[in-house]
Amino acid sequence: MVWFLIRRLLLVIPTLIGVAVAVFFLIRVMPGDVVVVKLRADGAAVSEETIQAERRRLGLDKPLYQQFADYMVGLTRLDLGKSLWTGDSVAREIAIRIPVSFQIALMATIIAVLIALPLGTISALYRDTWIDHSVRVLAVSGLAIPSFWLGMLIILALLSLFNWLPKIGYVSIFEDPLTNLSALIWPAISVGYRYAAVSTRMMRSALLEVMREDYIRTARAKGVWTSLIMRRHALRNALLPVVTVIGLEFAFLIGGLVVTEQVFNINGIGKLFVDATARGDFNLIQGLVLFIATIFIFVNLLVDILYAWLDPRIRLS
Amino acid sequence: MKNEVVPSLGNRAFAEPAAAAVAGRLLPPVLEIDDLHVQFSTSHGTVRAVEGLSYSVHPGEMVAIVGESGSGKSVSALAVMRLLPPGTARIPAGRVRFDGKELLQLSEEEMRRIRGREIAMIFQEPMTSLNPVLRIGLQIMEPLTIHLNMDERAARARAIELLTLVGITDPDSRLDQYPHQLSGGMRQRVMIAIGLACNPKLLIADEPTTALDVTIQAQILELMKDLSRRLGIAVIIITHNLGIVARYADRVNVMYAARLAESGTAERVFSRPLHPYARGLLAAVPRLDRGRSAKLATIEGAPPNLLAPPEGCRFRPRCKFAIDKCHEVPPFVAVEPGHVVSCHRASEVEELDRLPGQAATAARAAKANGADVILDIKHASKFFPIRSGLFGRQRMIRAVNDVTLDARRGETLGLVGESGCGKSTLGRLVLRLDDPTAGEIRFENVDLARLKRSQMVAVRKRMQVIFQDPYSSLNPRMTVGQIIAEPMRVHEVLPKPQVAGRVAELLQLVGLFPYMALRYPHELSGGQRQRVGIARALAVNPNVIVCDEAVSALDVSIQGQVINLLEDLQHKLGLTYLFIAHDLAVVRHISSKVAVMYLGRIVEYAPADTLFSSPKHPYTQALLAAAPIPDPVIERARPRRIISGELPSPLKPPVGCVFHPRCPLATEDCKKAVPATRELGPSHMVACIHA
Repeated sequence: MVWFLIRRLLLVIPTLIGVAVAVFFLIRVMPGDVVVVKLRADGAAVSEETIQAERRRLGLDKPLYQQFADYMVGLTRLDLGKSLWTGDSVAREIAIRIPVSFQIALMATIIAVLIALPLGTISALYRDTWIDHSVRVLAVSGLAIPSFWLGMLIILALLSLFNWLPKIGYVSIFEDPLTNLSALIWPAISVGYRYAAVSTRMMRSALLEVMREDYIRTARAKGVWTSLIMRRHALRNALLPVVTVIGLEFAFLIGGLVVTEQVFNINGIGKLFVDATARGDFNLIQGLVLFIATIFIFVNLLVDILYAWLDPRIRLS
Repeated sequence: MKNEVVPSLGNRAFAEPAAAAVAGRLLPPVLEIDDLHVQFSTSHGTVRAVEGLSYSVHPGEMVAIVGESGSGKSVSALAVMRLLPPGTARIPAGRVRFDGKELLQLSEEEMRRIRGREIAMIFQEPMTSLNPVLRIGLQIMEPLTIHLNMDERAARARAIELLTLVGITDPDSRLDQYPHQLSGGMRQRVMIAIGLACNPKLLIADEPTTALDVTIQAQILELMKDLSRRLGIAVIIITHNLGIVARYADRVNVMYAARLAESGTAERVFSRPLHPYARGLLAAVPRLDRGRSAKLATIEGAPPNLLAPPEGCRFRPRCKFAIDKCHEVPPFVAVEPGHVVSCHRASEVEELDRLPGQAATAARAAKANGADVILDIKHASKFFPIRSGLFGRQRMIRAVNDVTLDARRGETLGLVGESGCGKSTLGRLVLRLDDPTAGEIRFENVDLARLKRSQMVAVRKRMQVIFQDPYSSLNPRMTVGQIIAEPMRVHEVLPKPQVAGRVAELLQLVGLFPYMALRYPHELSGGQRQRVGIARALAVNPNVIVCDEAVSALDVSIQGQVINLLEDLQHKLGLTYLFIAHDLAVVRHISSKVAVMYLGRIVEYAPADTLFSSPKHPYTQALLAAAPIPDPVIERARPRRIISGELPSPLKPPVGCVFHPRCPLATEDCKKAVPATRELGPSHMVACIHA
């Protein structure tokens, strides 16, 4: 187990270097110059000299290999550089936005699991009845509806039904839980719905698969009652593929947040990502991609550990 | 429907007084099945899986249900347990009386209390029948806590007792293990322990040893027989293996196409089978105690489709003795006390069967003796490296270890051994699907290991393979014609316009029809698919065919047909077979020479008749002792010496003679060195210092 963790953590390093290199060159293919956007965005007549001076100040005048070298050297010191737009350190820009996005992601995951496990189980148990059909319609809708659109519907519904909108501006959950939750629950639902839908479908099909297994027949032949068969014999086996899906979907969750945070006007990682891209803030984009890649890697590691915990046949070595 | 109920009422009238007369059946039956019908609704229509089945089981008795796949034997057992899939299965008629209760009338909750408590069931696949994520202990203790309200400590104590009873050593620590940490044989013992947990009155075992090796099979069945005797448990054993029936069963019920064909004591049914199907089945089984002189008698055709079964007697289309009257369902006739048959001609069948001369006892003398050696394997080895851990040292699995064998043109070299002994790997080396680690594999005097890829292509044309599983070894998206034509296309043996004609020719050669070229594999039966596999192998006119368990997946009556086909083809085309199998009787029947393999080594190698009549290596002797012969008279007289233990891990093979930990003759000397192969008689090689 310890060896497994050490090996996996060591593997993170080459993966991240790969990501860093790819991102560095890919975003430089993108059109748009942060300096031009910054200084001339509002149509201001800024002289070419000023722009060149600004480029020099930001180090954008150096040849590409030089910039790349500086970037990679910075990475070895865990220095992601400075935002080309605000001049603040990239790490700080990201760090101040982590709490809100992380909370939404966590709430979405909790919502997804809380919906998916019972709904998927019920759906499998009452296969081909109206219950199953309703659950499946709900799940397919979840896959079909984009989360930002659902977010807009939610805002419209809140406005027209209650004439109320969540407060703009982030309040930590530790300061004022009620305000915090009443603001963040809506984006969490709008990205969590899709997440729940995918997981519900997986839960249903995994459980149906497991219920056909020989060991379930053995359990029935032993005289175990149905609810105990579900709890003890079926669920744990069915959770294996569900856990995989939950882990993989976490990546989509972040993708979903990018637009949804715009809809709810939440100043989180997603919104930062959109802004950075619009401004051509290369350093910030690089930092964000690395950050998200790291999250993705660790979620997958977590999935593997969960796997081993669920299934004794899988040994982490 | 109506005309089908009448005969089974007849069965009761005849069978019961008759049965009661049989010695040892004086106690009232624990289970009585009467006129049981089971149907499945499918998208193609209603499958009548069981029709009018009646039989009874008495305390302490072992009753066998024999039949081929789809005959309804497992379905009837699941119906007794009420474990049929609820959506699709229906029981339109029948009574199942168990211990004074009518099981089909009970509520689900009442039935649940009987399952595992009074009737226990053991299934075919020990690998998948235990829950992989739960500890063995929990799985054994579950029925105890559910039915007997035992607390954790009492249940654990009883679980330890049960594991000891089924012969598992170190039971205390086994309880904390997971199923994947046990071997197949051990898992089946655990299943038996679970079955016995609550002291049931009836144990139903559905093909309990089909997935196990012959020595382990013997251990498990001996255990079940012994427990049934000692604890007075009635046992229903469902099997297709007639040898098992002969060795262990008191009574036999032969099922064919959803119906009971014949029922009686094992001695009577085996010595005097009266239903043409039962007679055919017994004649079709290759027997260990018979040499390869006679061609196997076979039952032509295949079992009927139960969606649209033939009217009247189900066996009529395949029956040699069918008459017009067979269009009516035959009633059960008690031909002697305790022996009932459902056949219109039961009283004359023995007379009829004697008339035509026995199947030609073709002179199949060893004409291969003078022929040249086509396949010469010299000191071949194959080691697979496996690595453990990040810096773990590399270890070797010695799958094939210093094997020397040869086959002459036109003969069959049989290779037997239990699973994991390396016989399939040796087959792959011969085909050069794997490269040998050491040694030579000479085919027509060329060492294959030295050939380049391009040179190997030409050799492959002359060497083909037939695989075990006729279901997965044919591409489902290709027609039969395309499958057979593919090797011809790859090797360009024929100009394109002639290929279709050759495919038709090959189909006829293997006993199929040319129009089948347009069919897809799923439209064919298992036996037909295996024939397609054979036709594909023959497409490029090979000299050598490696048959890797080529008939293992087939039902007895079909297996006989395919074995005969392989033999006919050998005579016609002068083929050489490397016949790899675990079924000793099949290997004895088809092979001229046989090699016995154990943990990567050949322990004995001799002409077939010599090897089977006077085996010298203790492992060969053990294998032969473990394999049952389908004849109760022989079986009951045979001393039973079942070797204990299981195949050791090939990662840590025992030092010295690899067989010594299980060998009854083992001495200190056996641990010292690998025994040299000695020639004891003419071409009789044995690797044992005590032989």
